Amino acid sequence: MTALLAIGTGKGLFLATSDDDRKTWQVSGPHFAMTGVYSVAVDKRRATPRLLAGVTSSHFGPSVATSDDLGASWQEPAEPPVAFPAGAGASLERVWQLTPGPVDQPDVVYAGTQPSALFRSVDGGITYELIRPLWDHPHRKQWDAGFGGQAIHTVLPHPDDPAQILVAMSTGGVYRTGDAGASWRPQNTGIRAYFLPDEWPEFGQCVHKVARDAADPERLYAQNHHGVYRSTDGGVSWQSIADGLPSDFGFPMVAHPHRGGTIFTFPLVADGERFPVDRRCRVFRSTDAGDTWQPLTDGLPSGPYYPAVLRDALCVDDADRAGVYFGTRSGEVYASRDEGDSWSLVAAHLPDVLCVRAVEL
Amino acid sequence: MVTVLVPAALRGETAGVGRLDVTATGTLRAVLDEVAARWPRLIRRLRDEQGELRRYVNVYVDGEDCRQTGGLDTAVRDDAEVQVIPSVAGG
Repeated sequence: MTALLAIGTGKGLFLATSDDDRKTWQVSGPHFAMTGVYSVAVDKRRATPRLLAGVTSSHFGPSVATSDDLGASWQEPAEPPVAFPAGAGASLERVWQLTPGPVDQPDVVYAGTQPSALFRSVDGGITYELIRPLWDHPHRKQWDAGFGGQAIHTVLPHPDDPAQILVAMSTGGVYRTGDAGASWRPQNTGIRAYFLPDEWPEFGQCVHKVARDAADPERLYAQNHHGVYRSTDGGVSWQSIADGLPSDFGFPMVAHPHRGGTIFTFPLVADGERFPVDRRCRVFRSTDAGDTWQPLTDGLPSGPYYPAVLRDALCVDDADRAGVYFGTRSGEVYASRDEGDSWSLVAAHLPDVLCVRAVEL
Repeated sequence: MVTVLVPAALRGETAGVGRLDVTATGTLRAVLDEVAARWPRLIRRLRDEQGELRRYVNVYVDGEDCRQTGGLDTAVRDDAEVQVIPSVAGG
C-alpha cells in the first residue's frame, strides 16, 4: 500500500509518502515555506484526493490552499477563500481546522477559525461562507482566548446526519447544532473549568480536542485543559475517563478509524508543566473507551523527553490496520503501522510540528 | 500616475511585475482600492477582509510610513511613489 502523511509545521508543510506499507518514508517540502500550517486535510471523497492546507503568513495573512495532484501544485482563489463578511467586525487570523463533510456531501468542507467561527464550503474546500448563527451566538462575547488564540479547533460532522455538527473551541467549550447550523447549544455538562470561579459553567471550558468514536457516533472523547472525558449521548453530558492516565492534561485526542472504543492521547504533566509525564515519550491507548489505558513506547525515545504534542499533531490513517502518527514541537515525527504497538521515526529536525494527517492512497 | 512598488516576496501575485501604475490618487485608500480591483490576489496579502493593513505590512508614501501620516487616509499626490515593505516579523 501507499500512504501519505501531511505534516504541518511552523515553517511550512512537509509531505511524507510510503510505498512499502509504511515501513519507510520519503519526506518532501517545505511547501509554503515560512508560513505556519495549522491545519491540513486529505479529502478522499473525490476521485483524486484533494489536499487542503490552512496556511498563515506572519506578514501576509491567512489562506486556504488546495492541491489535486498530491502537493505537486497548489491553488488559491483570487478572492480570500475564508473571510468574515463586511460588518462582522472581525478579520480572519488563522484556520485551525479543515474537516471534510459527510461522505454523502462530497463538496462540503468545514473550516474552524480564529477568532472562533465556523465556515462551510460547498465547492470542495475552495471557498467558504461564515455560518452566521454560531458567529451571532449570544455567548460569543464571553468566549475567551487561550494562549494559542481564541479559536474553533475541532469540527465533527455527524456521519449519519448531515444536520448535526459538533464544534469545540478554546475557550468556550463544545457546541452542537442539530439543524445544519441554524441554532447551537453548549454541550459541556460534566466538563470542569478549574480556572473559573464557577468550575462547572454552561460554557467557557477550555476543551483542547474532541474525537468521535468509530462505531458509535454518539460516543465522544475529549481532552480538556485538565480533564479527559467521554460522552455517550452525543455530547449532552460527559464523564471522566482520566483515572487510568498518568495525567489529565494534554492536547490531542484521536479515535481509531474503524474500531469502536480505541482512542489515543499524549499526556503532559500539567498546565504549569507542559512536559511528558516522567519525561518519557509515551502515547497512551485505550481499547475500552477510556476505562483503562496502556502506554505505548516500543521504538520511541527512551531517555528524558521534553517535547509536547499539540492538539492536531496526533492522528490515525484509514488503513485496515490503522497507522498512528504524531509530531512534536521539536520537529520529530513518529509513525506506527501496527496501531501503536511499535513506532519508527519518519522525520527529525523539522520545524515545530503543528498538525499531522495521514491516509492510505 | 502613482507608482506602487511591490516587494519580491509578493511578485507572484502580480505576474512578476514589481512596479504597478495606478491612476487613483488622493488617498492611500483610493490607491489600494484600485490595486484591489486590478490585482485582487495581491491586495489580500496587504489588507485583511475588512480593509485594514496587515500588522506586519508597512506602506511608505514618498518615503513616509503611512502609519505616521494618517494610515489609509494618508494623502497621495499624482506622481507619488507608494512602497510596500514587509516588516521584520517571524521567528
